[in-house]
Formats: sequence, structure tokens, C-alpha cells
Amino acid sequence: MAIYLDHAATTPLRPELIEGYLAQLQVLGNPSSVHGAGQRARMAVEDARDQVAKAVDCHRSEVLFTSGGTESNNLAIKGLYLAAKAQDSERNVVITAGTEHHAGIDPVEWLETSEGAEAVWLPVSPTGVIDLAWLDTYLSKNAQRVALISLMWVNNETGLITPVSKVTEIANRYEIPVHSDAVAAFGHIPISFKDSGLKTMAISGHKFGAPVGVGAVIVARDAKVAVTSHGGGQERGIRSGTLSSPLAYALGKAAALAAEELPEIRNRVSEFAQDISRGILEIAPDAIFTRGEEPGYEGIIHFTFPGCSGDSLLYLLDAAGVCVSTGSACRAGVAQPSHVLMAMGRTEDQARGSLRISLGQSTTRADVDALLAAFPMAYAGAHRAGLPGN
Amino acid sequence: MKVLAAMSGGVDSAVAAARAVEAGHEVVGVHLALSRNSGTLRTGSRGCCTIEDSMDAQRAANVLGIPYYVWDFSEKFKTDVVDDFIAEYQAGRTPNPCMRCNERIKFAALLEKALALGFDAVCTGHYASLLTDESGNLELHRSNEMAKDQSYVLGVLTADQLKHSMFPLGAAASKDDIRREANERGLSVANKPDSYDICFIPEGDTQDWLSEKVGKAPGQIVDRSGNVLGDHEGTHEFTVGQRKGLSIGRPAADGKPRYVLEIRPKTNTVVVGPQAALAISEMIGVKYTWCGVAPENTNDWTNVHVQVRAHGDAIEAEFRISDGQMEIRVNEPLLGVAPGQTAVLYLGTRVLGQTTIDRTISAVPVFAEAESGISA
Repeated sequence: MAIYLDHAATTPLRPELIEGYLAQLQVLGNPSSVHGAGQRARMAVEDARDQVAKAVDCHRSEVLFTSGGTESNNLAIKGLYLAAKAQDSERNVVITAGTEHHAGIDPVEWLETSEGAEAVWLPVSPTGVIDLAWLDTYLSKNAQRVALISLMWVNNETGLITPVSKVTEIANRYEIPVHSDAVAAFGHIPISFKDSGLKTMAISGHKFGAPVGVGAVIVARDAKVAVTSHGGGQERGIRSGTLSSPLAYALGKAAALAAEELPEIRNRVSEFAQDISRGILEIAPDAIFTRGEEPGYEGIIHFTFPGCSGDSLLYLLDAAGVCVSTGSACRAGVAQPSHVLMAMGRTEDQARGSLRISLGQSTTRADVDALLAAFPMAYAGAHRAGLPGN
Repeated sequence: MKVLAAMSGGVDSAVAAARAVEAGHEVVGVHLALSRNSGTLRTGSRGCCTIEDSMDAQRAANVLGIPYYVWDFSEKFKTDVVDDFIAEYQAGRTPNPCMRCNERIKFAALLEKALALGFDAVCTGHYASLLTDESGNLELHRSNEMAKDQSYVLGVLTADQLKHSMFPLGAAASKDDIRREANERGLSVANKPDSYDICFIPEGDTQDWLSEKVGKAPGQIVDRSGNVLGDHEGTHEFTVGQRKGLSIGRPAADGKPRYVLEIRPKTNTVVVGPQAALAISEMIGVKYTWCGVAPENTNDWTNVHVQVRAHGDAIEAEFRISDGQMEIRVNEPLLGVAPGQTAVLYLGTRVLGQTTIDRTISAVPVFAEAESGISA
């Protein structure tokens, strides 16, 4: 059995929800049908909506089921932009950061090329921290042109936490809606949508124990979101498509479990993470912990190793049965230097030597031990192999 | 052995990997990402470097049940192969990028990385045979399948590189057999078209691509006596032996077509003349390597066969090393050989070594080619 330390990519299905999920798969009925079968399927969906609402601390009407994080981000970013622009054609600026996930960056770039948007990329420190003073100054001069701000809550590569409430505090002064991609945050750090000041937020089930293919976009009751995907309008008219009661069930149950167990899981993960970082730095003293001393989600451990190639480390660890990631965007199998690290001002060679180890609810002490046992060999080999061209 | 199978996404490298697995080796498939801006789908007759090709390679690895990774060599490929290709054209030479890729990427950067990571050999789908002589030395030989033989592009390999190379298709009877074998093994690439074009030139038009990269640099087209015959828009648009695309208003006195004989980057001129004047008698290369054990005596002329392009014939020749340069004399005049091309020496089917041609000596004196002179 492989040692799985890539929870930021996807997590194992929580065993607690398998039985109910399988049972729900066998329940006949379209949740939007009026008859009894439909109502029974609807029941499961609405139970799940309650669970998600409770877990993210929002009103149940604010939970819109989607296929996952990417769809949620698209619906929110494009929807907020187009609604703001429709009200005032001068509002075409989207403020975001180069360290966002592709599901956050690419919708903005599409708005630029297709909808006349202007992206403003926030300055980012070498540890990935966005410059809030710059944001404040920018808004004091240009607020009337800004359609929305989109910033992820936890960075999926580095684990860095964005101070979301500080962002919304500034933005709310100018009544600018803020969206946050909370895919890497929900289930791992405490989140309250109600207290966050956000207008929209994306979560994805498979990052906290639900199956791939389900997520939610949380849309505040007072958020103005244009419709960008058209059809039956099942989810508040904003998201269309037949609801899946088994997937909704799984999302709800996994969200409830994640929220309930969060303090305990986070304690355990933090302890493991400290041991891993310490162990790695003993073997590779020149390794750089990417987010430095900045606050982060402990379960995402991201290092860069000077003179090593991340794909060498990944290969050698994989050969030893340990699954980790280089953390960089992997476009259908073609390697790219991480755009996140590049946005943080790293050189390509520095970005190349990156490794992300991400822990989760199912991580055990034995996983940590296995990683630390395999690491010296992998590091030595990757160091020997160096970087191509050097 | 631990074998790294370089998998382009084509049928040859997939079958080569399959044969390595079957031979009992511990095989890992690796696809080289050679471009940062890979296209999504394969177009025309390029056989690699798109995401579709990477997915094809991954699918083949899955079917073979071997691990698969994509390694990024795009930066090194750009400097060592693409930029070199452009620089060579700008210097009036005709490079072979596949050869450079073998020399600097596949059997250098990739092989070095593989060895450092604990592999024993790199396996590719080249059609060539590795044989062992009586003393146990490795020799590179032509493939049994002469129509697909790729020993020429492997001529740059040295004894050390041969030790860590594996060409499981060497004894292939034919490409059809390889396709049949791929089909039997359930490999989806069994009927994927062959690739012919240079992988980094998407539209397959080298001259257009080069013009985009280096821009226009107008100059003159002259004959070997120095008479100006016309203008050109950049020497990179021409290759020795080229006939098409010469904008010469005045026809030759003999009415026969004229060919590019030489490119002189220093004066930005293209020299043209009759086909017969393309004939060369000797080639000289400054840099040369031996493919396996070096010959004992290189001071005296030795009989060999020489091949100057991937799908050209090998012709009788003799070579020697003199003043640190390789001199190759052909027994009969050879047409259209350009500096930058690689001359690969063969002893029978065995690859002896190679040199990049730096200059050639014409078999036809200039005076014989006056306007009314020799004809093709």
C-alpha cells in the first residue's frame, strides 16, 4: 500500500460515508421531480444543504451545489464581474493575485480577453503574502472602477493563509464584492462564511473526503451574480443541471465530519507537519520552507530544494512508495514551472526544485515515518541528478 | 536492469518499452516535455511534443503496467537544439536537429539524469542494433530494417553512451511488424501516423518558421565567378542543393536550372550554379567522435562508407585524421553537401564515428562552370 501524502490533490473517501453514498446511488428520483420519488431524492439533497450550511456557517439558501471547485470559481468570478459590469459599464477591474489557482486565474484572463475586463494583479511578497496596503491605496483611487476582488483563502501549493477578513474589511468600505476560493481551506482551518465578509466562496468535496465531482459555491443572499451557465436553473437560477442526490449526500456528510473533527485533525496534522519539516531540514539544511514564517495551513508542507529538480524527488519517492507532488500546475501531464512560485518572484530554477507534501485526516504516524525514511535517499539522488542544463 | 524508456507517444518507442518489459527489465516510462507551449492536439506529420502525444505515451505506459512520468527538458531543448538550429542556419549551415537532440538531450541530459536516479540504461524506439564484438566492446549497427534504419542519427553516440543505451527495435523485420506487434499488445498508438517533420516547427515549413525567428536580411545571389544574378531576403531561406525559391531574373546561359552551391553569411550572399557544380570531392570536420572503440590508425587513409543525411545512401569514401580534423574523401563526386550536416562513417553495417562538416571541397573547378560551361 502506497504512503499517500498528497491530500491537497485529492483525499481518500471518508469510510463513514460510503454506506450511505452507495445506498443513495440506488434511490430513484430526480430531486426536481414533483412526485414521491423526486421528493425522496430531494430530501437527501436538502439534508446535505443543511449540513454544508452548518459546516461553512452560512444560510442554507446560500449553498449551491456544483460539480466542484473549478465550476464554483467560474460561476462566482464571472457572475460577480458580469453583474457589476451590467450595472455600471465603468466597473471592469478584477483584482486578484498571480498566486491563485488556475481555476481563479483563468476565468479572470477569459474576462479580460472576452468581456473587456482589466485584471489588476496584487503585489506579492517572496513568501506569497499579498500587499494589503497597496490594495487599500489602489481602492482609495480606483474603487469606482473595481468589479470584484478574488483571493484564495489557503494557497493550494504553499499552504499560505490569506487574511480574508482584512481583505473584506477594506473592500466593504467601497462596497466591492469579494470572492474566495476556499477549496484548500475548508475542512482544514476554521471558516465562517457569515463572518468572512465574502460575497461568494468555492469549496470542493474531494479535498475533504467526499468523492470527486461535487462541490459548492456559497453565494451570499445579497450577492449580485449574473448567470453564466444556462439551463433548468435548479440552484437559485445560478447553477443549472440535474442535482445528484448521492453526491450531495456525500458532500454534506463529509463537510459535517470535517467541521466536527477539525480541531482534533488539525492538532494531529500540525504535529506530523512539524516532524516532517524538522526531518527534512536535518537532511537538507539548505531547503527553503516556501511560506516562511507566514501563517499557513499546517497540512501543506512546501519546500524548495536548491539544485534539485522536483520531478527527480517525486520520482524517487514514488519509486519508494511515497506519493507526493511537485505542487506545480501540471497541464495534462506536461510539466510547467509553478506559476505560483514564479508569481512569488522565484526564478525558474528555484521553482523547479519544489516539493509539496500534504497531509490529511487519514494521515498516520506510520506515513510520516515512511516519508522520513525514504527522504534521505531521494534527496541524495535528486541532488546527484541536479537540474537539466546545469 | 533498471531501464528508463523514453516514450514520445509514438508506436516505436511504445513497442520498444514493451520489449524491454518483456525482456524482464524494470522499466519506467518517461515523456520529455520539450516545449512550454505544447499544442493540445497533434497536427500534420509531427510525432511528438503535443499534449495528445504525452497522453498517448501515458496510455501506452498504463497498458504496459509501468510507471510513467513527464520530465521537463524544455529549457535545455530550447538552448541546445532550437537555438542551435537557428544559429546554424544564420551561420549558413544546415543543421540536423534530431541529431543534436540525441547528442545533447536524449543520450546526454536525460541519460545523465537517469543514471543519477539509479537507472542503468535509456531505451528508445530507434531502429538500430547494438552488437558486441569478440572483445566484448559494444558496436552500433544499422537496423535490419534498412528502410527505417536510424543508425545515422545515433552516429553521435560515444562508447560510454552506448553502454547505457538500449534499442529493442534493432532486429525489427519491418515497421509493419512493429505496428502489428503494437496492435497485438493492445497499444492504441499502433496505427498512429509516422512523424517526419521537425518537432518544434508546427507547420512543417522550416523556411517560414526561420523567417519569423530571424527576420529578413536582404542580400545578393551571385555565381561562383562573383556575377550578381539577383537578390534574396535572408540566407536562412536557403540550403545547399536547393533549387526552388531562387529569384533570379536572368536564365542561365545553358538554360538549365541553377542550384544553391554555397551560403556565405559574412557577405550575406548566396552562391548558385549548375547542378554539376554541387559535386564535392572532400569534406572536412573539426569536431568528430567515435561510436564505440576508436580505430587504431587514423593517420592513414582508411576505406569506409559515408552517409551525409538521415535517409541518404552511404557511398564509398576514405577518411583520415590530420591536424586534429577529420578529412573524408569520396570516391565519386557527391552532390549537395552543406556545412553543418553530419557525415557518419560506416564499416559495413557498423557505425564507426561521425563529424559535423565544416567545409567541403568542390569537385568542379570554378573556371569549368562559366556561363557557357559545364552542364548538369
